[in-house]
Amino acid sequence: MCTVCGCGEGETKIEGHEHDHNHHHHHDGHGEHGHTHDYGQGPAHAHAPGLSQSRMVQIEQDILSKNNQYAGANRRYFEQLGILALNLVSSPGSGKTTLLTRTISDLMANYAISVIEGDQQTANDAQRIRATGANALQINTGKGCHLDGHMVGHALETLKPEQGSLLFIENVGNLVCPAAFDLGEAHKVAILSVTEGEDKPVKYPDMFHAADLMLLNKIDLLPHLDFDVERCIDYAQRINPRIKVLQVSATTGEGMEAWYQWIVASRQMALAGNPAVPA
Amino acid sequence: MHELSVCQAMLAQVEAIAKREQASRVERIVVRIGPLSGVVPELLRQAFTIARAGSVAAEAELDTELQQVRIRCRQCGAECAASSNRMICCECGDFRTQLISGDELLLASVELIRE
Ligand SMILES: Nc1nc2c(ncn2[C@@H]2O[C@H](COP(=O)(O)OP(=O)(O)O)[C@@H](O)[C@H]2O)c(=O)[nH]1
Ligand SMILES: [Mg+2]
Ligand SMILES: [Zn+2]
Ligand SMILES: [Zn+2]
Repeated sequence: MCTVCGCGEGETKIEGHEHDHNHHHHHDGHGEHGHTHDYGQGPAHAHAPGLSQSRMVQIEQDILSKNNQYAGANRRYFEQLGILALNLVSSPGSGKTTLLTRTISDLMANYAISVIEGDQQTANDAQRIRATGANALQINTGKGCHLDGHMVGHALETLKPEQGSLLFIENVGNLVCPAAFDLGEAHKVAILSVTEGEDKPVKYPDMFHAADLMLLNKIDLLPHLDFDVERCIDYAQRINPRIKVLQVSATTGEGMEAWYQWIVASRQMALAGNPAVPA
Repeated sequence: MHELSVCQAMLAQVEAIAKREQASRVERIVVRIGPLSGVVPELLRQAFTIARAGSVAAEAELDTELQQVRIRCRQCGAECAASSNRMICCECGDFRTQLISGDELLLASVELIRE
């Protein structure tokens, strides 16, 4: 439990983040942080004893508003520094880490890149990323099945991604839970490998609805499978007409150029209106 | 199973409201859940029975109102109900539709008791 923000962090462990009880939150705009609600004990407290009143209070407020505030603070941070943040989501084993290591190797000559790795238990993925030379920070969520805006906010304090850089966030392998939690990213990128069912988009509509890009990975294996690519894309578009689909192989490199072009174009968008950061 | 963390977030809001309204306990909580919210109503209700213990809502009931997915067609302008995995226009069959509702996760209302 974080005593400053009162958040139940459960078993979350963020590498290099000493979550001591006196820590200061530097990320601005964390609406709830350090905020004491002043519910005055006014005269309204006096009432006839034994009389119990019941009343309905209409609220209509977003249950994830607290997460959304953290995510909003992260998003402002990214905007100020001209950082393109992408939230990579998929089932376990779809190839997120493999895709990232290749992407980093191919793009690191031109861009500063850092990675936040979410995993329930291990730090293996962050080690795989660091082997490429990029900055990486592992978050272990324990039993938690997704990253949230608050964890990412803390990770940013340690990771300190630089101005104009690319930040990839590999979410916990899970196509359900991460859909509901905004991290402040510019886009969610869903990765689906051709060794999974082509109907995954209709089985997990929340996620494919929330994603702006679907990477269909492991296409090098297509000749050995009867995966219907057209059908898969059709399913994805039924759920999300905005979704863009790119076919890639993170191991052979096929199709990766289009993914890089998408990243560069998205970065331009992220930088638009931010003249302080050189493109 | 992120329904437990969703439940905790919801209960934190309910606690704040109860405190603000100087209620002694909460009788009922109504949440509105869209099929595309990422939350399964049944799992939320299960998580609630665990999460409510010791809170101001320890004896509260949780009502989950499932919302409809509604879309608007960008081609013909029709507005229709859709299913979360088939968001196609009911009039012209086009897939280029826009979500009007169905991804919400709202704390709609609470029934408070003041004693
Ligand atoms: N054939 C093939 N295998 C891949 C591809 N991408 C990843 N893999 C393999 O899939 C497995 C899981 O990959 P990993 O990157 O750890 O997946 P993650 O759990 O989503 O991070 C590993 O054995 C990878 O070598 C690909 O494009 N083609
Ligand atoms: Mg991985
Ligand atoms: Zn904290
Ligand atoms: Zn239509």
